[in-house]
Amino acid sequence: MMDNQIKSNLTIKKAKSLLEKREISSVEITKEYLSKSNKLNPKLNAYITIDEKNALKKANKADIAYKNGENLPLLGIPIALKDLFLTKGLKTTASSKLLENYVPQYDATVVKKLTDVGAIIIGKLNCDAWAHGSSGENSDYGVARNPWNTEYIPGGSSSGSAVAVASDMCIASTGTDTGGSIRLPAGFCNVVGLKPTYGRVSRYGIIAMASSLDSIGHFTKTVEDSSLLLNITAGKDDKDATTFDTPTEYFEKKINDSLKGIKIGLPKEYFNSSLDKNIKNAIDKALAFYSKSGAEIIEISLPHTEYSIACYYIIQPAEVSSNLARYDGIRYGKTRECFGEEAKRRIILGTFTLSAGYYDAYYKKAMQVRTLIKQDFEKAFEKVNAIITPTSPSLPWKIGDKTDDPLKMYLSDIYTVTANLAGIPGISIPAGFCNDLPIGMQILGPHFSENLLFNLGHQYEINHEWYKIQPKI
Amino acid sequence: MQENSILDYNNKMKIDINKIAKLANLKLLDKEKIVFEKQLEEILKYIEKLNTINTTNVIETSQVTNLTNVTKEDSISNSLKENEALSQSKNKSDSFFQVDAIFE
Repeated sequence: MMDNQIKSNLTIKKAKSLLEKREISSVEITKEYLSKSNKLNPKLNAYITIDEKNALKKANKADIAYKNGENLPLLGIPIALKDLFLTKGLKTTASSKLLENYVPQYDATVVKKLTDVGAIIIGKLNCDAWAHGSSGENSDYGVARNPWNTEYIPGGSSSGSAVAVASDMCIASTGTDTGGSIRLPAGFCNVVGLKPTYGRVSRYGIIAMASSLDSIGHFTKTVEDSSLLLNITAGKDDKDATTFDTPTEYFEKKINDSLKGIKIGLPKEYFNSSLDKNIKNAIDKALAFYSKSGAEIIEISLPHTEYSIACYYIIQPAEVSSNLARYDGIRYGKTRECFGEEAKRRIILGTFTLSAGYYDAYYKKAMQVRTLIKQDFEKAFEKVNAIITPTSPSLPWKIGDKTDDPLKMYLSDIYTVTANLAGIPGISIPAGFCNDLPIGMQILGPHFSENLLFNLGHQYEINHEWYKIQPKI
Repeated sequence: MQENSILDYNNKMKIDINKIAKLANLKLLDKEKIVFEKQLEEILKYIEKLNTINTTNVIETSQVTNLTNVTKEDSISNSLKENEALSQSKNKSDSFFQVDAIFE
């Protein structure tokens, strides 16, 4: 028998190597993660569904496959999915009561890709209902709690996805990022969160929020694991016309490249007086590391930054109102009365800005400002290779602190929405702690520059190893 | 009405919440209407800041990675079987989804 030390706190890379050497079985790992999930979930509320029976069945199959000499990139690795990813035969709720009994008839493309290479789905994770939120508090199934302090929000909307990886209830998880919904909770929970380039990963079979902004990504403990997963999920899908036929790239191979000569931009608009001093200090230290590693740090300007939330809160609710119009209770799900407060608020706001007489003043105007925000980044990337910012201007806040003031809540995404508006990739990586709460650092790059983000993230990570610090729960 | 101007609506920014709820096919409670109306006015007031930017001749971005006219082979592929398609519906009759009558 293996001791628990070996069976838990695993990265994909570590688990894979143990499985390949047959030092541990998939059933052993899966049982350990299921038992940890069952034990911690009453406290942290990360999972909506734990699929014990199927997970163990799949783990058994994985062990037989290993015995037969078979091997696949994720064979026997237990992961979990944000409850927005359709799973054939397994309840998918979007964390809304409207879909509380919905059992999909097909798998999302990403789910199929992950399970085709052997991943074991141990459960479906809590989030803000329909992915509407920055804190996780908009879930119809109760707020997921930050494992670093359960009185605090874990960040949203992919709240359970961040919590589950941070508290080692699964090895990796999936998420969606429309305005920061992967990067913000990753930053608040001390895990790695990747929002790929728009169109890098198929959206097919994932409940849509705002279609011109939605990006499909994931949470991992390390940057290397993040690159490994993207290698599996990325690529052209005929069922999502926005995906790209980019050649298969071996993302993980670039992570050890030297940082010498890489130009890193610091947008001055992100380092103003509203940024928490402790977060600024953490980022300054990271920049000193990059500078020492041979990178060049250059101040840049993204002049339209202050308009990004206003722009986003026209485009996003407009697209939300359109996407949620399909929920009429006829083919599946319950009726529209079952929408929660935040979904109703966004449907009303979006319906208003799209209604006759207001379209030009709001939606069209926002789409024009979006062009200017995108051009800010294009100009910046003529001067620098990547941009570094904090993931959030503040530390995680106490549960309940912002729930009465939607606008205040919306402003929490100030450092993350710009990447969605510009369609560029971003990664949040752990950058230290303040008052025992995690600090996240965001790295942004031009379209399809994920390799560079992994390179920059990995070099920082192997020299700091914040991920090795575990929450006491 | 001047194009691209939000400020034109400043004086009559009040949202007709009943009209919007009807357009959105949402039944709102009276207390929700009061709260939403107030919150949405605050949000719209914040959004007004876009009007300080000159966007004359700026082309809108609707597809952020510049894709146009994506096509694919028009071939037959698998689709859901009838019983699968109907499996999640409470409103069905034989092999049909059942809806309220639209015409009298």
